[in-house]
Amino acid sequence: MAYVARKIPFVGTVDTNPETKPFFEGAAAGKLMIRRCTSCKKAHWYPRALCPFCFGDCDWEQASGKAKIYTFSVMERANPPYAIGYVTLAEGPSVLTNFVDCDFKALKIGQDVKVAFIQTEGEGPSLPFFTPA
Amino acid sequence: MSLRGAAYIVGAWEHPTRKAPDKSIAMLHAECAKGALADAGLTKDDVDGYFCAGDAPGALGPLSMVDYMNLKCRHVDSTDVGGSSYQVAVGHAMEAIAAGRCNVALITLSGRPRSEGQATGTAPRPGNPAAPEMQFEFPYGPATANLYGMCAMRHMHEYGTTSEQLAWIKVAASHHAQYNPNAMLRDVVTVEDVVNSPMVSSPLHRLDCCVISDGGGALVLTKPEIAKSLNRPKVKVIGVGESPKHQMGGEVDLTYTAARWSGPPAWEMAGIKPSDIKYASIYDSFTITVLMQLEDLGFCKKGEGGKFVADGNLISGVGKLPFNTDGGGLCSNHPANRGGITKIIEAVRQLRGEAHPAVQVPNCDLAIAHGTGGALGTRHCGSTVILERE
Ligand SMILES: [Zn+2]
Repeated sequence: MAYVARKIPFVGTVDTNPETKPFFEGAAAGKLMIRRCTSCKKAHWYPRALCPFCFGDCDWEQASGKAKIYTFSVMERANPPYAIGYVTLAEGPSVLTNFVDCDFKALKIGQDVKVAFIQTEGEGPSLPFFTPA
Repeated sequence: MSLRGAAYIVGAWEHPTRKAPDKSIAMLHAECAKGALADAGLTKDDVDGYFCAGDAPGALGPLSMVDYMNLKCRHVDSTDVGGSSYQVAVGHAMEAIAAGRCNVALITLSGRPRSEGQATGTAPRPGNPAAPEMQFEFPYGPATANLYGMCAMRHMHEYGTTSEQLAWIKVAASHHAQYNPNAMLRDVVTVEDVVNSPMVSSPLHRLDCCVISDGGGALVLTKPEIAKSLNRPKVKVIGVGESPKHQMGGEVDLTYTAARWSGPPAWEMAGIKPSDIKYASIYDSFTITVLMQLEDLGFCKKGEGGKFVADGNLISGVGKLPFNTDGGGLCSNHPANRGGITKIIEAVRQLRGEAHPAVQVPNCDLAIAHGTGGALGTRHCGSTVILERE
């Protein structure tokens, strides 16, 4: 089945939460920015100022964009259908996303995927999506 | 001090409507309150504690509802954890009663998503963009069905669970719903019917999903002294537990639910084990919800839920664990998209011996009613209530 892209909605603006503005600035430049704790050294998702494991302060870093599919589900009732899923980043955390530019029937848990950025509708910010590596 | 037995459920009433275009949500709440109080043999003047959740209309939780119903309360609580709020409310009401903050607690739920034309499971609903997760989730289309679909997909991957095993849960619910004149879906279905129904969000089919309905329900709890003065069978609350589960900073594990954490304190307070339970009300937004909660509550080992639910094991009079004998959310109703209260109401019916004779469990003295609110795929709360007929 040929892949048909859906329009990606966005709520609020990149200024809604000042805490995550660097994430959206990174995405606009094609970089997947995540946060890592300066104290316990763990990366987390979604990005927070204080580490969700120890409340330590966090730095921003660019993730490799490499990941594996943890799980997925294809919403066949939608027009066009779309595939939601979690991918586990090479850096550790699992991220909610959609799979794009691929045959949904061929998606497999454990499959290698890589990041791709797509702009949200209405001149909204770009966001990370994943596609087979 | 253990709260075991500090409160009794003396009133339980489910609204018979499944479509209420001519009623307001507040009116449905009041009709449910009236029904549950009449069932208990109490009046609205006896109520001094009121409990509701996010389905109650009004910006300030319970205030609009106590005003609308003109209740004079000493205690209110509007903890909102979606469809599990009503199990949580039972626990909180028991605590409030034990602490002397109220004597007669009223819990209500109502809503009309069917009349309002909500595509509950398949259309993502945007929320407040300031919610910290919203901008990292909503763009990816998290509707309800695909959030549970992701759990089912991972469960199948890790444990070999099959669509046919999930289908048995719907088959069991449909066997029960045929005897419920108010149920939306009363036709008995087969495993083939379920797996051949259209795919909604893989691997969940249309018949793996609950119904969308209007309606509601209410419960009345009170302290032992008052319960003993009422002319109703005594249903004692002997165990409660509640716990949220979420994405854990990115350490996502979709193979289990919050029941893994809400169950143990409830079992411990009750002093019983899963094999003692005669009847189980298990939250059934989707078939996979039931399967995972049964594992997490300890009715079978993790990963063996598929085997446990197969071959009619959940059908009253056939299997070892009769479940959702009113047809549950899968066949009867899911008022306000929140099935917690109807789970408790059917458990009360079973313990009183007031379920439909075709599905009544003989000598039903111990029952569980477990709720899940929110979404298993992201954030949810599990809440467990264990009840005993005295
Ligand atoms: Zn840390």
